[in-house]
Order: sequence, then structure tokens, then C-alpha cells
Amino acid sequence: MGRRTPLYELHLSQGARLVDFGGWDMPVQYASQLAEHHAVRSAAGVFDVSHMCIVDLTGAGTREFLRYLLANDVGRLAQAGKALYSCMLNETGGVIDDLIVYFLSDSAFRLVVNAGTREKDLHWIRRHAQAFGVAVRERTDWAMLAVQGPQARQKSVSLLGGAERQRALALPAFFGCDVADGFISRTGYTGEDGFEIMLPAAQAVDAWRALNAAGVVSCGLGARDTLRLEAGMNLYGNDMDESTHPFESGLGWTVALEPGARSFIGREALERVRSSGSARELIGLLLEDRGVLRSHQKVIVPGGGTGEITSGTFSPTLERSIGFARVPRGPVARVTVDIRGKLLAARTVKPPFVRAGKSLVY
Amino acid sequence: MSQIPADLQYTKSHEWMRKLADGTVEIGITDHAQHELGDLVFAEVPEKGRVLAAGEACAVVESVKAASDVYCPLAGEVTAGNSELAATPELINQDAFGRGWLLRLRPAGAAGAFLSAAEYEQLLRAEGS
Repeated sequence: MGRRTPLYELHLSQGARLVDFGGWDMPVQYASQLAEHHAVRSAAGVFDVSHMCIVDLTGAGTREFLRYLLANDVGRLAQAGKALYSCMLNETGGVIDDLIVYFLSDSAFRLVVNAGTREKDLHWIRRHAQAFGVAVRERTDWAMLAVQGPQARQKSVSLLGGAERQRALALPAFFGCDVADGFISRTGYTGEDGFEIMLPAAQAVDAWRALNAAGVVSCGLGARDTLRLEAGMNLYGNDMDESTHPFESGLGWTVALEPGARSFIGREALERVRSSGSARELIGLLLEDRGVLRSHQKVIVPGGGTGEITSGTFSPTLERSIGFARVPRGPVARVTVDIRGKLLAARTVKPPFVRAGKSLVY
Repeated sequence: MSQIPADLQYTKSHEWMRKLADGTVEIGITDHAQHELGDLVFAEVPEKGRVLAAGEACAVVESVKAASDVYCPLAGEVTAGNSELAATPELINQDAFGRGWLLRLRPAGAAGAFLSAAEYEQLLRAEGS
């Protein structure tokens, strides 16, 4: 038996099929993964993301600590509530995890890291936090809901009182603020507008039910995966891990090598990669033939070289298969993919594939 | 409990077989199997003329999440694959025992021992479905 979120019983009562995800028993789908996907693209859906790990960092040295810990630069965060996406690297530039960091105040930041990497992340963070006098507190007292879709914000604020409602609706993209006993941010993992809501575990069931009552559809991790892949977002463990660095994982944009004086873990390794040029890169693929791209399928690049699908699925929005592949770096318009011994044609596409309900693939 | 037509035969791996008037056998996956797989988005069926051994992987059905092999319950030569599934694999979800059939086969030799509808229902019960 895996770990359970405060919503476990509710998921069962709603007919969810549960699977193991990073040691947690999580809903993969309720009635239909496709219907859940479309609900998020066209209206609003809610995901239980309480398995993700919320970590509060406090102390006067927190900003300097995070400038050392993360490949992206929290020195860029000037406004309270602003969020930043970053990789946390090891000394060789491999990705320990990807995460979101929120700037709360000069002495307080909040991280959200992946469920499957929780233990090693906490160990790594605590190990390096000591020297900066930073206190590390995991928020196991909180649950987290992601409400996503074009109607998500309007439907979510029914949970809030008047003044907080206005504050939440006024949040720009990639900002968060305190509300009641929790925290709300205009972030997500679907390519749609929406909120992620952290709240005391004991309030999670009532919040979920209220969202359902407002017409927000219960969605599982299956739909979350097809939505994030359409949105061109990486999944830790599939698209990058400790054996790959950000430049070969489509995450070069999250690495802040400027200012050059900032020392961070992995910097020397990444500078070597940058000066010699990354040998591989992560590309988006659209399968032209019928079939479904899946991770670990072999990709054959014209002119020599092979690569591998890192994430693949059927895109419910495009009604075609899409994926990411790690391949030798260089301009390539078309590849072939070995799907159970058949060589099928795919063309390269710059992700995202879908944003805000619209196909970006022509 | 999924529906289980009484006039079909079943396998432990959740395929069904229907004897047709011309002596061929129509094969598909059960309603229980399609429900377990979830929304199907792709199906690959064998071509006419292909000779299959009993237990050989003869078709692939893919849901959004994963690909699954379908095993041919009995040996024989394929007389037809369901061409409708190329454009509408969801027929398997909607009508697993009807329009969602996968292939038709002319059996070679004697058929093996299969499950009756009652026995298949027992199997599902035992699996906790």
C-alpha cells in the first residue's frame, strides 16, 4: 500500500482507478481520461497534487542559499509572490529535480518539488541549507489542488471570501499570495490558465466537493500527463534525470549563467557543456503515421544517429500522437520512429503543441 | 460486473470468440478488458492471410496510457481484420462484443479448451472485478 493524500477516500467514492505514482496511491482517471483532458481544455478540471512536496525555507540567508542551490537565479525575483521554475542540479550538471520556487519575503521562500524525488530532494536541500543558516520545513500539513482550464479561476474563487477573492483574481500569471490558511498561485502544468491551491489537509475534501459543485471536473494523473505533454512541459524521470543536463533536456532557458559571478551547484559542468556544445537535444515530435509514440522507442535521424523517445502519448486535442525525443543535436525536420518493429514517420515540432485550448501545430 | 454474452467463448486473458456460420471465428477483447484499458486511441489488427499460432500476439490495442498485445486464442489463417478500427478504435470501448471485433480466423485443427460465459464470469469475480 502506498501513501495516501487527504483525498484518497473521496477519489475512491468518485470511482477513480488508483495507481502507484512515486510511492503514492493516486487517481489515474475517473470515468474517462479523454473526457477529463477535454474538460480542462474547454472548461475546468481539478487534480489532486497533494503528493507533491511543499518545502518552506526561512532565514536571512535564504535568497543566497537558493542562488547557490538552483540553476535559475532567484535574484531575479523582486516582487513578493513571484514564482520561478528551476532545475536543481548535482555537481555534474545532472538534474536532481525540477521545481517551482515562490518568493514570499526576503527571509522566506517556498518550493514545490516532485513526489517521486521527495526524499533525495529533502536530503540534498537540508545538507546544503545548513551552511546558510536556513530552516527547512516540509508542509505535510497541507494538501494541494490544481484547478486548470479557461474557467478554472472563476470557478475556484467561489471557495474564497470577498477580499481574498479579489486578490486571487488579480494575481498575474506565475504569482501567488496567501489566502485564509493557505496559499494560491496562478500556475499549473496543463498549458491552461488556472490556480494551484495549497490548503490545510482537513479542508481538502470540502474544497474538492465545492469545486465539483461549481462544475469543475475531477481529473486524474492520466489527463495531467497528456495535458502537460501537449503544453510542451517536461516530466521529471522521463525527460530529464540525474544522467542528463538541462541543455539536452529542453531546459536551457531555465539556466541562468548570467551574472557570471553567481556560483551555483552544477555551474562548472554546465559551462563546459556550453563551451563544447551539447551533443544532444530534446525535440518535439508529431507522428505522421498512425500509432502512438511511447517512451524508450528508438528514433532514427536521417544522415545518421539515433535517439530515444522520452515521453510520448496520444494527444486528445490534436488526435495524433506527440512526444519528446532526445536526439543528436542538429537541424532535422523529419525522423523515423521504431514502433514495435515498424518504422513510422514523424516530423519535428517546436513545443508547445497546444496552448490555451488551441493547436499550435500546422 | 461487465456484460458477458452467453453465446461466446472466452479466454483467461480476456479475449472472446464467436463461431460464425461460415466456419470462421470472430475474435475480440471483452467488455471487461476494454474497461480496464480505458479510452482506446489506436488498434493494429492482422492482415488477411496471416497465419497465426495459438497464443501468438495478433493485435495491439492502445489506450491513451499504454499499448497492450492481444493474443490469438487459437491457430488459423486470418480471413479479415476489422478495418473500421483504424479510424474509430473507440468502437472497442463502445461495443466490445460487436462492432469492436478485431479479427476473423479460419481455425486450423482442433480448438483448445476455452471458458464459457459462466466460467468467465467466475474468473472476473475471482479477480475481484
